Amino acid sequence: MFQISKENLMIQKTAREFARKELAELAAHRDAHHEFPGSSLKKMGDMGLMGMLVSETYGGSEIGPVGYALALSEIAYGCASTAVVMSVHNSICCGSIQSFGTDAQKDEFLRPMAQGTCIGAFALTEPEAGSDPQSLSCSAVKEGEHYIINGTKRFITTGKHAGVIILIARTGNNEPGRGLSAFLITHDLPGFSVGRMEDKMGQCASDTTDLLFSDCRVPASRLLGHEGQGFEIAMSGLDDGRIGIAALSLGLGMAALDQSVSYAKQRRQFGKQIAEFQGLRWMLADMDMDVDAARLMVLNAAALKQAGKHCRAQASKAKCYASEMAQRVTGQAIQIHGGYGYIKEYPVERFYRDARITTIYEGTNQIQRIIIANELLKDKKKK
Amino acid sequence: MEILVCVKRVPDSAENEIEMNSEGNDIERDDLVYSVNEWDNYAVEEAIQIVDKVGGTVTVVTVGDEDCDEILRREMAMGAEKGLLLNDDAFAGSDCKGIATILKGAVQKGNYDLVLTGAQADEGAGAVGGMLAAMLDLPYASLVNKIELGEGKLTIGREIEGGNREMNEITLPCVLSIQTGINEPRYVGIRGIRKVSGVEIPELSAADMGIDAASVGEAGAGVKKVDYFVPEKGEGAEMLEGSTDEIIAKLIEILKANGGL
Repeated sequence: MFQISKENLMIQKTAREFARKELAELAAHRDAHHEFPGSSLKKMGDMGLMGMLVSETYGGSEIGPVGYALALSEIAYGCASTAVVMSVHNSICCGSIQSFGTDAQKDEFLRPMAQGTCIGAFALTEPEAGSDPQSLSCSAVKEGEHYIINGTKRFITTGKHAGVIILIARTGNNEPGRGLSAFLITHDLPGFSVGRMEDKMGQCASDTTDLLFSDCRVPASRLLGHEGQGFEIAMSGLDDGRIGIAALSLGLGMAALDQSVSYAKQRRQFGKQIAEFQGLRWMLADMDMDVDAARLMVLNAAALKQAGKHCRAQASKAKCYASEMAQRVTGQAIQIHGGYGYIKEYPVERFYRDARITTIYEGTNQIQRIIIANELLKDKKKK
Repeated sequence: MEILVCVKRVPDSAENEIEMNSEGNDIERDDLVYSVNEWDNYAVEEAIQIVDKVGGTVTVVTVGDEDCDEILRREMAMGAEKGLLLNDDAFAGSDCKGIATILKGAVQKGNYDLVLTGAQADEGAGAVGGMLAAMLDLPYASLVNKIELGEGKLTIGREIEGGNREMNEITLPCVLSIQTGINEPRYVGIRGIRKVSGVEIPELSAADMGIDAASVGEAGAGVKKVDYFVPEKGEGAEMLEGSTDEIIAKLIEILKANGGL
């Protein structure tokens, strides 16, 4: 058995209690009405769930990747939309500001972020650039003590509700790794606006928006890191980000499995529980194995990260496997529910829709496989 | 105000499907997930709120073995300052009177103004609070759903049959059993968990509290469980099964057929 500390078990339990009492109750309504889970995120901030990787110096709970992954899985069990906001906020946004921010930026942004009173978003993707950040075209041109930003960002999680957005924009030429910079954007900046809200298949309670920059004037003090460090900043949070999405996917798989077991014991056909039919038992066994395998991969990647070890491949493997597991298991959950799985009275159709994006965002699974192969071949060369 | 809150580790009905064991004398306890008794959580929250207003200390106490450490720490992470584990092999198999006897020992080791229990726990007897008060010769009120602080006394609201409510004055020190709904228990925070994770929780044995081992546990139990079962469905009772919509449709059919609609 993977050994989890008592402290992390308590954190997992408290996140589970919150997710099942509060989030699961509201998830269907929020999904149907595309309602942002702001009130729940505030409570999660009070609980310390929004600053899990932030140093205690800045008001974080600094619990580390293992406790974070366990908590995030539980939150996703209750509501995947809430979990993706939590993941982007903790993994990428808090992490980037903590690693690259000035003391003043940390005081202004990281402290409220760690309390959950300011939610973070990360704006990298553009209409014509997703997996290839070197081809970004959103530009930032220095003009005195300001940068003038022009361009459009697409598919930005929490774009509308975020208190701070880390924007990656082009400040130089296409030289690999050097031409991009990161900026801290707030909604009050002139020339910045939120564009269309995407009407998505799943994770509907989390807003996904375009961000529009039209001669947006950003004070130079909002540059995160130094000019030309944007690519490094964008890449720095990837391991935590992938572990986050892997944990989210795990939570979806756990929820679909539990719901399926419960339904299979309750539903009767031909005079007995459908759980007594061998065909269905085998499906449940496969789902259970799949969830367990994903859990171990997520915890392995998180434990390596916590130990300060190189975990690029393990984070990608966990993200890749857990997200594909979530698709398989939520699909099987619908099959077990039969017609009831296809209608909104039961939550499994939502789990299925929520799971679909997990193989796409935070680096598509095709990109993850390239990373895994690169790491594998790199290790082989060393041998 | 010094407040002692008595808590219990119970199977979590939200996390487990409770089933009978193969011997038919208890529930199946293998692989059960345990949590703090829900009513006790309200009692701890109330105690924390009182101390926030007037100062003092909240201590949580439970009778059990080292497995109970997790619920004491949970309540401490919530805001109780101290934990106390009453642990002795002699305590195993205690009936309600035995548990009250053990708790009395703990109360007498301290100097408490107020002792709170949950209104009931998993076994549903709701007897320990009243017995404890009687043993301590303290005033007692059950099913308390409101507490107002006064000088040397409390004004308390009690839930009465039929949805009615009464207000009473009760002098301190006293024992109260707390009903759900008196407050909204806070969620445990990670900072609280980290704060208490390394704290040593003291233990007291029967000898530490001057309790005669023969008066508690199985040896001292005047009430012994002789059977445990799920009652057979009675005549005229029909359990409706299916989805919520199916159940509603069947219920409407039955009501119509019997002239209820």
